[in-house]
This record gives sequence, structure tokens and C-alpha cells, in this order.
Amino acid sequence: MSALLLEGLRKSFGRNQVLRGVDLEVEEHEVVCLIGASGSGKSTLLRCVNLIEPIDAGRIVVGGEEVTRRGIDVNRVRRRIGIVFQAFNLFPHMSVLRNVTLAPQAVLGRSRAEAEARARELLGRFGLADKTSDYPDRLSGGQQQRVAIVRALAMDPELMLLDEVTSALDPELVAEVLELIRELAAGGMTMVIATHEMAFARDIADRVCFLDGGVILEQGPPDAIFTAPREPRTQQFLERIVAAGRM
Amino acid sequence: MASEGDRRAGPEVAARSSKVLGLGAGGPRGVAIAVASTVVFFALLVVAVTHAPGWPEVHRAFFSWAQFRTTLPEISRAFLLNVKIFCIAEALILVVALLLAVIRSLPGPVFFPLRALAIAYADFFRGVPTILVIVLLGFGAPGLGLKSVPTSTTFWGIVALVLVYTAYVSEVYRAGIESVHPSQEAAARSLGLTRWQATRYVVLPQAVRRVIPPLLNDFIGLQKDTALVSTLGAIEALNQAQIDVNASFNFTPYLAAALLFVAITIPLARFTDWLVLRDRRKRQAGGVR
Repeated sequence: MSALLLEGLRKSFGRNQVLRGVDLEVEEHEVVCLIGASGSGKSTLLRCVNLIEPIDAGRIVVGGEEVTRRGIDVNRVRRRIGIVFQAFNLFPHMSVLRNVTLAPQAVLGRSRAEAEARARELLGRFGLADKTSDYPDRLSGGQQQRVAIVRALAMDPELMLLDEVTSALDPELVAEVLELIRELAAGGMTMVIATHEMAFARDIADRVCFLDGGVILEQGPPDAIFTAPREPRTQQFLERIVAAGRM
Repeated sequence: MASEGDRRAGPEVAARSSKVLGLGAGGPRGVAIAVASTVVFFALLVVAVTHAPGWPEVHRAFFSWAQFRTTLPEISRAFLLNVKIFCIAEALILVVALLLAVIRSLPGPVFFPLRALAIAYADFFRGVPTILVIVLLGFGAPGLGLKSVPTSTTFWGIVALVLVYTAYVSEVYRAGIESVHPSQEAAARSLGLTRWQATRYVVLPQAVRRVIPPLLNDFIGLQKDTALVSTLGAIEALNQAQIDVNASFNFTPYLAAALLFVAITIPLARFTDWLVLRDRRKRQAGGVR
């Protein structure tokens, strides 16, 4: 059984067709990287999977359960899927610890002690033990993003969606976040990662999907995609990336 | 979407947050200059007023120390009624207005009737002069002669003030709710929180913090408007002062009443400043260790 299955996913914003029939299957413990130009639909795809954006047509199946059928409890689905955004979106009025414990307490009904113990364990594992009582405004971008990832992890998701999580960071802060994601991958977390960090994608992905014009134009193992892309559009995109010094 | 730069507390923010009155920014020398210029300003003002041709007459009619001393205790006692009306009304307004604001921000066509009612309510009660609402309710409702309807003027005065001020305060809350970026709600929902949980834990706490200063503005207005309940005959500070003025043909009791109102609003204003400052410090400092 695959962890995630997308079939014929379509999504438009007004007359702008962002996704024009995306098919994708992600196995458990697999790390899939989505690459493609800005506006190719990477973020929209992830937001659709988490049901933040309602889809126009197609099917989304998470862990064997179709989550796009009518009458589904979206909150129950979102519990199982962690998503991390480009802009962190931490809650600025809460301490780091509270950011992490809010959902386990409110959604999973865990006790405060239980939620805090788990939060401290996760924060400690990712080098944030001394930040638990800080407020997000005090943290660097890299720290904020790591907290955001921990916040998602605290829900024990079956699947993590990472939406260009390093794009808003200063270059020197990117590494610490990528390191955390590597650890997650090593721990067997199933992940779909939209990214502009090609070297990282090549290094971490089991499979790379190139999105173009609202469809997955080409996919395969990272070495194949990055060294011998078949599609001219993929070649073009990668050439531009290389020319921009991003790979 | 916020970039990193505007998320971190810059030194200019810290500088701004350290001054409530605008004093202290220039060091000891700045304070000295501020004190000197204030003294000179008020000295000039006092000289100008006391040398006006009508000053002796005004002094006798408005600034009679004897009158002040004899009427102040009574007016203070009556002022307790203002304070009581204010406290009860404010507590109700804070809750009802928040409810109304939340109703107004409910999305989707299903809630249209609720939203429409909330909008109609806010439009109506912001449009009608407060004193009319007080008079209509205060004289009209008890006039129905229904057994279950209270006849207390204070009761109807409070009801009228709550109706009017809820309309204003709900708009303040709504502005606060709309100022919280949608990505905050999206982040909360993506963690599996229900719409209500996202509102309660993420949107409202941020919204309310942001609107504390305008909320206080409305509450100062409310505090002053408790005097309007005097039109129903309740013996509150203004009515008591009026009685004293009529008995003595001296206006000093009005001044006494005015001072009592000011004596409450000023600490309230400083308290709000302190609240805002404390919240800002908390978010920028390292929190409790």
C-alpha cells in the first residue's frame, strides 16, 4: 500500500489552471522531491494534499484512505499529514514549547505533561533544547523553521510535506534546516519535498519529479533526472539552474 | 508573507517600546528640558487666564474651594454608581462584542443570515445617538408594565450602553481579527485544529492583543457616557452635581464631577500602555527561564 496516491489531480485559480492532471504515487519511507520553476504548481500540489486547497478533479489517497471523497473529516486527515511552509508561520504569541504542544493537546487530546515531554524530546533532538521558552520573534529564521518542522512532527504524522522550507532563509541558515530533514529521511519518514535546492534534492531524494505546466513531466531517480534528463523542458530548466549557480 | 527581516526585533523597536510618555529618550538632559518647557508653558497659561477681564467672576462661579469641599463627598458617593454601571457594562460588552465579531467573520454562504444580522446590528446602534437609546429603553421598556421587566433606571441604562458600545467594540475586534494574516489560520488548520480551535488559540489571542489601545479608547468613551444615564433620573455623579449646582447657583460641583471622571480614565490609559508594553517585551525577550 502506498503512503500517498494522487490520480488526475486538477486545480485552477479562476482561469489559471495550476494543476492539469497530476498522477503520483509515494511509497512508505520514500522521499520524493518536487522540482520545477516558480509557478509550476509545486506548492499548490502540497496544499491540495493537505486539503488546504480544495481540488477541482481527481483523487487523493493517503495510507489507503481516499481523502477527497465527500463528507470526509478534514481535521482527521490533516492530523495524519504534517506540512511545513516557506514562511514558517509559527504562532508569535506563544513560546516555542507552546507552539509545539498546542496541536497534540488540542487535537490529539494529550495531557499537558505528555505533550510537553514529547515536545522537549523533539526540540532536544534537533538542537533547540535551550529555546523552549523563547518566543518566535527572538529566533533566527533557521531556528524558526526547525521549530516549525518539530511542530509538525509532534503530531506523529505518517507523511510530511515540505513546501520550499529553505526559500525564505538567509543562505548561511539553510544548512541547519537541511540537516534536520536529512535526519528525518534517515529515520524513515515519508516525505514530499518541494525545493529549489537541487544539490540537496539530488542527495536526499529517492525520486525526483519535475513539474512543468501543471503536470509531472518527468520523474525518476535523482541521478537520472539530473545527469540525463529526457525531456527538453527538464534540460532547459536544469541548465538555467546551473547557469544561476544553484547547482 | 513576512520575510526574516521584519520578524526579528530590531533595535529601533526596542527604543520605541521604552517610552510611554516620550520622556527618557534624550537622557537626563532631555528630561530637564521637558520639565522646564512644561513649567514655562503652564505658567504662561495660568497668567493668561487669571488676567482675563472676566476671571474674578469665573473664579467665584467655577473654582469655589468651599463649594468643592462640601459637595465632593456626595458627588464621590454618586460617582460609585457610574463606576458600577461602567464595570458591569464593560464586562458584558467585552464578551458580547467578541461574540459578534466572531460571528461576522464566519465564512461561507451558510452563515450569511448571521453575518447580515450582525452587520445590521452594528450599523444601527452605531448610527443612533446613545442618549436616544438610553431614553427610549429607560422610559419605554418599564412603560410596558410587564411584571418580568425590571423598572430600575440603572438596569436599562446599562442595557442601553451595552447595546451601543457592543456595536463599536465588535468593529474594533473585527479589525483585529482581520489583521491576523490568513497564513496563521492556515498553519493552525494544517495541524488538524478545527476552525473554532484555530480561532480560539491562534487568531483571537493575536487579534485582541493588537486592539487593546483602540479598545481602551472605546472604554474611556463608555466611562464618560455613564453620565448619560442621569437623563433617566439615576443619581450618579452628573445628576448629583446638577442637584448641588441648582441648590447653590455655583458651578464648582461640575468641576468636581469632571475631576472624578478624569481621575479614573488616566490610570486606565497608563494601564493600557503598560499592557501593550509588557506584551511587546515578552515577545522580544527570551521569555521566562
